[in-house]
Amino acid sequence: MTTTTASAQPGERTVGKSSPGTVRGPRRRPGRIRRIGLPYLLLLPALLLELLVHLVPMVIGIVMSFKELTQFYIRDWTTAPWTGLDNFTMSVDFDAPVGEALLHSFLVTCAFTILSVGLCWLIGTAAAICMQDAFRGRGLLRAIFLVPYALPVYAAVITWAFMFQHDNGLVNHVLHDQLGLTDKPSFWLIGDNSFVALLVVSVWKGWPFAFLIVMAGLQNIPKELYEAAALDGAGVWQQIRRITLPSLRPVNQVLVLVLFLWTFNDFNTPFVLFGKAAPEAADLISIHIYQSSFVTWNFGAGSAMSVLLLLFLLLVTGVYLFVTSRATRTPRAPRKPQERKTADV
Amino acid sequence: MAAPRSFTWTRRVFLTLLTGFVLLPVYVMVSSSLKPLEDVSSQFHWVPSNLTVRPYIDIWSTVPLAKYFVNSLIVAGAATVCSVVIAVFAAYAVSRYEFRGKRVFSVTVLSTQMFPGILFLLPLFLIYVNIGNATGIALFGSRGGLILTYLTFSLPFSIWMLIGYFDSVPRDLDEAALVDGCGPLRALFKVVVPAAIPGIVAVAVYAFMTAWGEVLFASVMTNDATRTLAVGLQGYSTQNDVYWNQIMAASLVVSVPVVAGFLLLQRYLVAGLTAGAVK
Repeated sequence: MTTTTASAQPGERTVGKSSPGTVRGPRRRPGRIRRIGLPYLLLLPALLLELLVHLVPMVIGIVMSFKELTQFYIRDWTTAPWTGLDNFTMSVDFDAPVGEALLHSFLVTCAFTILSVGLCWLIGTAAAICMQDAFRGRGLLRAIFLVPYALPVYAAVITWAFMFQHDNGLVNHVLHDQLGLTDKPSFWLIGDNSFVALLVVSVWKGWPFAFLIVMAGLQNIPKELYEAAALDGAGVWQQIRRITLPSLRPVNQVLVLVLFLWTFNDFNTPFVLFGKAAPEAADLISIHIYQSSFVTWNFGAGSAMSVLLLLFLLLVTGVYLFVTSRATRTPRAPRKPQERKTADV
Repeated sequence: MAAPRSFTWTRRVFLTLLTGFVLLPVYVMVSSSLKPLEDVSSQFHWVPSNLTVRPYIDIWSTVPLAKYFVNSLIVAGAATVCSVVIAVFAAYAVSRYEFRGKRVFSVTVLSTQMFPGILFLLPLFLIYVNIGNATGIALFGSRGGLILTYLTFSLPFSIWMLIGYFDSVPRDLDEAALVDGCGPLRALFKVVVPAAIPGIVAVAVYAFMTAWGEVLFASVMTNDATRTLAVGLQGYSTQNDVYWNQIMAASLVVSVPVVAGFLLLQRYLVAGLTAGAVK
């Protein structure tokens, strides 16, 4: 029986047949060009994707913010007429309804972010310090603490939405029926209470991340430091204040920045908790922009608001990095050169 | 260290309260998913009086939950695999090579992490629609478009974490492999990747969770056929009724795979964070 292996027709499928004799070119030593080109080749997929999904949209978003982009121009956004700075002046005109609402939403977001990040950090750090020593059930407890982090946002937040229901929710049942703290059942998902509800959910969801990072940071503190401190007669509280917290400083700087950015930009939590239109007291900026763009179909205004938000975040991050790096840098260390001017990639 | 009384008691009280806070929604989820609709629609009760597994049967027919489940699985799975592979290559380049533009690349990748998702949503929406109109490739509304979007969400964090992790793998190891005649890619896959498995698992877990839990893009960029769980769960509230028991049952069902996977792999995540992010 003769097997014809060499003559594979162009259209012929070679199903299930591994071809052992794939012709490989002789392995060449990497040449100079390949050596220099290799890192770029490795980066290429990441670079292309970042370009397509992050950088190009960002540029387009900035262009869009200068256009009158309403639903009539969605099919081909490039034909939308230029309006110059109109979208921006409208967004920051705090006497007119649009600007006033944006300012309100911005202030709500700031208050919400500061409270949420602060509480997340506090609870996460306290929990991580409490869990530093081995005790019975520590592994189980750690797994439990990570559950809010692992649960999908919509599943977790929808459960909170259920708990905050006016008639059939757990919160009113406990506060009103069982403890009698309120005269009548409160509304949690509309009105002023919605801010509290949002904060509780956000902290519940966010603190485990702080816990994870701080726990990881604690592992890097040498045991000898504590032993030396104990020999010198320092108690637990003093050790926490003098060794643990200062050693965590670099970790905390990254952690607080990341938490800040995530919380400030959070869309999922308010969206699942309140739906497309958040109550005024909990009208976070990302929901507000979503509302301005996709509900009233004014993409130009939405883009302008996004750009303003981006500028604000850049500013805060820049100042934060500057301040924290100055605080930790040793006085002698030479200033790191700022990023080189657009080295061509 | 021998902790004093005050500390152990503070610790005990604090950890107990915190455990209660964390588990409260989980308890509500489980107990409410076992109640009939009349019970969840009226006043809340801690202990269910009539237990039923009916909600767990009904969830599959009230909305096409199985379809959403498969969609989520495909989207999150594909995004995870792609983003891990791409991040491994990119992190290897940054960790092991000196080249022009390295700093610009790192800074750019890191800074995309801070941009609000809403900033990309509008332009990406238009780009996908326009690409569709021009070429007929349906990105908008398709799983492909969503996969593409999600894999870049986790990419910056993954690259960032893997650079740290690869840096902690001794250079001598892969340099020895190079001297022995391996190509750079063989050195990567035979030496660096195996040594960095915890970091890679951590990154994969993170990527999967990001995609599984994303709501914003899923609600704008999907249609009836490609809807994911994030949007699909909204189907349990109709004009007349909100099927809270079914919502809770469905939430539990969609959470179990991720939570179980996460808890199994959390050791890797902590290890990965130690080597990568915390530096």
